[in-house]
Amino acid sequence: MSLLKANKITFTYENSAVFKDLSFSLDNGDFLCIVGPNGCGKSTLLKCLVGQNKLSSGKITFGNDFHFNQIGYMPQNPKFNDSFPASVYEIVASGALNRVKLLEPYPKERINSALKALNIQNIARKRFSNLSGGQRQKVLLARAIVASEELLILDEPSNNLDYHSKQDFYKTLQKLNETLTIIMVTHDLDHNNLIGNKILSLDKDHPFFGTTAEYVRRIHAH
Amino acid sequence: MLTNFIEMLSYDFIVRAFFAGLIISICAALIGSSLVLRNRSMIGDGLSHVAFGATAIAVVLGIAPLEFSIPTAILASFIILHLSQNSKISSDAAIAILSASALALGTFLISIKPGVNIDLNSYLFGSILSISTHDLIFCIILGIIIVTTFLLFRRQIFAITFDEYFASAIGIKVKFYNALLAVLCSLTVVIGMRMLGALLISSLIIFPCLTAMNLSKTFHQNTIISVIISIVCFIFGLTLSYILSAPTGATIVLVNLVALVLAWVYNKLQ
Repeated sequence: MSLLKANKITFTYENSAVFKDLSFSLDNGDFLCIVGPNGCGKSTLLKCLVGQNKLSSGKITFGNDFHFNQIGYMPQNPKFNDSFPASVYEIVASGALNRVKLLEPYPKERINSALKALNIQNIARKRFSNLSGGQRQKVLLARAIVASEELLILDEPSNNLDYHSKQDFYKTLQKLNETLTIIMVTHDLDHNNLIGNKILSLDKDHPFFGTTAEYVRRIHAH
Repeated sequence: MLTNFIEMLSYDFIVRAFFAGLIISICAALIGSSLVLRNRSMIGDGLSHVAFGATAIAVVLGIAPLEFSIPTAILASFIILHLSQNSKISSDAAIAILSASALALGTFLISIKPGVNIDLNSYLFGSILSISTHDLIFCIILGIIIVTTFLLFRRQIFAITFDEYFASAIGIKVKFYNALLAVLCSLTVVIGMRMLGALLISSLIIFPCLTAMNLSKTFHQNTIISVIISIVCFIFGLTLSYILSAPTGATIVLVNLVALVLAWVYNKLQ
């Protein structure tokens, strides 16, 4: 059974369909990139996947007792108050709130392992607002990993990163994809820099869902 | 100053005000640590004006002010939350509308009702004489509720304060916690208004957190430092107002302002 299956899903906002009758599915270990022009509904689709937006029609089903709140979500361009006093550890640990009961302590091993996976254990006690853009994205990614053992949903995570930070971030994602399924909205899909094994294009003129290789062939054919 | 402090506590009404003020300081600092960091500081200000309007209506109608202003402030906090989340009016505009209307209504009613003889200043700027044993008992109950709620839900409150979208995605009931904070803020404002006044109570919510933000690296630290600063400024302000025979609310706010400036300077020198 697929990890996630979207069957003819439609989302309407103010009587206008943002996307209509969209179908796609993901298996464990997939890395899906969602692409398309601005305003085509990429972020809206992610919000539907994590249960923040209600679908107008259609159905999203998860396999094997998986639930919305077990997704590791990384929102797009979260606007943080620059004087917010929060340490890296506090933020990463908050990802575990979907798995701990009210008085149960945070799973320290899980948090430390996420910090280690992203190589940010040395900045765990630092104030988040003092970090660089690249470091901040890693912290938010670590929080998403703590929240989910199976599925990460990332909304334009490489926004505001310079070229080198972006390459570094993508390498990290590829490594994480060895154990996690990833869905990522991106603007950075160029032919020399392809990431992931599946692509969903929400471009109304060129809709597509399939493998990355197939997508490349189609682009070259055009 | 210590002698003045000890002498001050020989008066029953000051002892009541002292304990009530301590509890209000703790509650306001805890509420403030979430409101200020979410840029929602003005909610406290708006609610205090609503509480003033409600108190005026209660006085004019001959109803118990506290019992009437609490549900009114809670209702107002829900209206502010609803308007800021679902309407095209921004939350600061929604607060400004409620705040100004309630203040105007309160002043209007008190002024036109014949036979009503209350000191408007004491409602606007607070009065240390106004804390009754009934108020003190209410403060103790409120303090227990707010501190317990914060201890139990501190991690959830941090999560929604830092990133509401992520918190919602991992299943935290953001609307529930927003409503809970709004109710606790209303209760703090209503009871604190008696001592600090409608125009000054919000400063007790805002100042300690702003001061602590200059001295802390983590949310946990910020909350603890806010509470300590709030308590210290209250005790210092109360004692100073006793020594100088100055208005208590205004003195406490000025002490908080000095603390904020000192913390800001310290932060800049680091």
